[in-house]
Amino acid sequence: MLLAFYRQMVLVRRFEERAARAYTEAKIGGYCHLNLGEEATVAGLMAALEPSDYVFTNYREHGYALARGIAPERVMAELYGRTDGVSRGWGGSMHMFDVASRFMGGYGIVGGQVPLATGAALAIDYRGGAEAVVCLMGDGTTNIGAFHESLNIAALWELPIVYVVVNNGLGMGTPVERSSAEPELHKRASAYRMASARVDGNDPVAVFDAARVALDSARAGRPYLLETVSGRLKGHSVVDPARYRSRAEAEALQAADPVAAYAVRLHEQGVLTDDLIAGIDAEATAIVAAAARFADESPHPEVATLFDYTYATSVPNDSRRLPGEALFA
Amino acid sequence: MSVISYRQALHDALRGEMLRDDDVFLIGEEIGLFEGSYKITAGMLAEFGPKRVRDTPIAEEGFTGAAIGAAMLGLRPVVEIMTINFSLLALDQIVNHAAKIYGMFGGQARVPLVIRTPGGGGQQLGATHSQNIELYYAFVPGMKVVAPSSPADAKALMLAAIRDDDPVLVLENLALYNTTGEVPDHDEPAEIGRAAVTRQGADITVVAYSRMAAVALQVAARLEEEEGIDVEVIDLRSLRPLDRDTIVASVRKTNCAVVLEDDWLTYGIGAEIAATISDGAFDWLDAPVRRVAMAEVPLPYAKPLETAALPSAADAITAIRETLDAVARRRPS
Ligand SMILES: Cc1ncc(C[n+]2csc(CCOP(=O)(O)OP(=O)(O)O)c2C)c(N)n1
Ligand SMILES: [Mg+2]
Repeated sequence: MLLAFYRQMVLVRRFEERAARAYTEAKIGGYCHLNLGEEATVAGLMAALEPSDYVFTNYREHGYALARGIAPERVMAELYGRTDGVSRGWGGSMHMFDVASRFMGGYGIVGGQVPLATGAALAIDYRGGAEAVVCLMGDGTTNIGAFHESLNIAALWELPIVYVVVNNGLGMGTPVERSSAEPELHKRASAYRMASARVDGNDPVAVFDAARVALDSARAGRPYLLETVSGRLKGHSVVDPARYRSRAEAEALQAADPVAAYAVRLHEQGVLTDDLIAGIDAEATAIVAAAARFADESPHPEVATLFDYTYATSVPNDSRRLPGEALFA
Repeated sequence: MSVISYRQALHDALRGEMLRDDDVFLIGEEIGLFEGSYKITAGMLAEFGPKRVRDTPIAEEGFTGAAIGAAMLGLRPVVEIMTINFSLLALDQIVNHAAKIYGMFGGQARVPLVIRTPGGGGQQLGATHSQNIELYYAFVPGMKVVAPSSPADAKALMLAAIRDDDPVLVLENLALYNTTGEVPDHDEPAEIGRAAVTRQGADITVVAYSRMAAVALQVAARLEEEEGIDVEVIDLRSLRPLDRDTIVASVRKTNCAVVLEDDWLTYGIGAEIAATISDGAFDWLDAPVRRVAMAEVPLPYAKPLETAALPSAADAITAIRETLDAVARRRPS
C-alpha cells in the first residue's frame, strides 16, 4: 500500500511534467491545469474508492483519471485531442470522462460538477445501490452558490456522497483568506449539519484513512465534506508564471513537496531504498514517454465526425451545416 | 379521442410514463404536497410517493443539476421549473452541462432529462414573471426545445420528450393550461424536430408556436369566414431542431408569410424564421416577411399596458391584411 501510493504519486508527477512539456511544444492546446503538489491527495483518495463508486471532479483532473485506472496513453491522447483520447478528443485537458471506470467527468465550469455529482448520488439512492459518489472541487469552489445548494440537498436527502475540497490555498491568484469568510473550509458543512474533517493533503495515508471514514459515512446515508490541505507547486495552469506568489512562498512550497517528503518518510521506514526510488522513477518516466508517443501517433478526429455527438437520440432537421455552407442550395 | 384540457393532457402524459417506467420520476418545487403551482402534478404524490415525486428546496441550479446527474446514471427525471423565468437560475446547469455532456465527453454519457416549464405573459405578473425566453435554450445545440400549442400536442410532445435520450425543454404556456381539445386516448409520441401544418391554405403562410400557434388558428378561421382569406398555419412545435423545410415549402406555395411570436422581436425566434424564409424562398416572396412580436419593454403590471405590449389576434390580423395588401401592390393585375 505505502509503495503503491508512492508509485502512483511519481506517475502523476512525471505525467504532469510531460504534459507541461508537450504544452510548450504546442502538442496540447487550450487550458491545461496540473496536479503538481496534489499527488498525495490523488493517490490516497482514489485508493479509498471501490471500483463501483463514481468520481466527479473539476478541470484539474489528469492525476485522478490516472489513479482511477485509466490508461496513461488515453489520458495523454485526450490532451493531444486525438481519437484515442478518453473523451475521443472532444473534451481536452478539462473534460476527461471514462464511463468504464465511472470517472464521470472533469468539468471546466467552477462548481458545475457539484450538482451533477449530487444527482448521481440521488440516482444511487433511488435504486438502493451501495455505491458512493466522490465529488472533488477546489477551495475557491466553496464560494459558488451551487456548492451550497448541493450540500443542503445532499444532507436533506441523506445522499451517499463525499464532497472533497482540495484546498491548495489559491483559486487562480486569490488566496483562500481573501475569498472565503470562513477560511476553514470544512466548517462550512456545519451549516448543513453535515459531518466534515480537515486532513493533511500532503500525506497519502492520512488522506486514505480520512477518505475511508468519509465514504463509510456516505454509504450509510450521511454525506460528508472532506477538506484536504496541500499546495499548488506551479501556476494555476501551465501558462501562469504565478508572479503573485513571493519567492519565500514558492520556496516553502517546494520544501514541502509531497512526493519528495513521502520518499524521505518511506526511506526512513525502510520501505524505499535508493535503488527502488530510481527504479520507480525510471518506470514512471518510461510510461509517460510511451503515453506521449502513443498520443502523438493517434489519429486526429475526422471532420466527417463533427456532427456525431450533438444528440444521442437522432432527430429530424438536426443541423449539419458547416460555417460557409448555404442553408438552401 | 376525448376532449380534455392542456393541463390534463400534460398530467396524463406524466402519469402514464410514471406507470410505464420506474426510472421516470418528477422533481421540482411544490410539485408534491402543494400539487404543483399550476396543478399539473395534482394527485401524483399520493399515487407514487415521495421518492418519485420529489419536492425540492428553492434551489433551481441545485435540483436541476441533480436531475442532470441522475439522468447521467440512467434515470429519466422530469424537472418542473415553476415558470421559465426561474430557469435563469439553472442556466449554467442547462446550457453548460445538460446540453454539453453528451458531446463534450465524446458520446459516453446520455442525459435523458426533461425540463417542463411554462412561459407566457398576460396574467398581470409583472416584468420578472411574464417572459418568453425559450430562445435562450433553443439557441443551444445539444438541447431540444418543444412548444406544444394544443392539448393533443401537449401529450404527444411530453411523451416524446420523456422517451428521448437527450435533454428536452418542454415549453408550456400559462394561457394554454385551461384550453381544451381532442386528445387520443392511446399514447402516441410526437416526433421531435417536425413542424405541423395545422391548417392548409393558399394565400399566406402564418408561422407560430405555443400560444401564438393557437391564436393563429383562430385568426385563420375568422379571416376565412369574414374575408375569404385562405391562411396556411405552421405550428413549429419544435424550436430546436427547427423544421425549416416545412416553412420554406409553404412560403414557396403562398409567396408571403407572417410570423407570430410571444417573445421580443429583436434577435427573437421570428428573426430566425424570417432569415430562413429569405434563405429558402427569396425568389418566391411577394412581400417582406412580417413579424408580430411582443413590445420591447419589461412587461408592465397595469392591465392596459400589459395588453398593449402583448401580441394579440388583432395584431395578427392587421399584419396578415397588410402583407396581403403589399402582395397585391406588387403583383401585376
Ligand atoms: C464559473 C466559473 N468562473 C470562473 C472560472 C475561471 N476559473 C477557472 S479555475 C478558477 C479558480 C478555481 O479555484 P479552486 O476552486 O480553488 O480550484 P483550483 O484551480 O485551485 O484547483 C477560476 C476562477 C470558471 N472556470 N468558472
Ligand atoms: Mg484552489
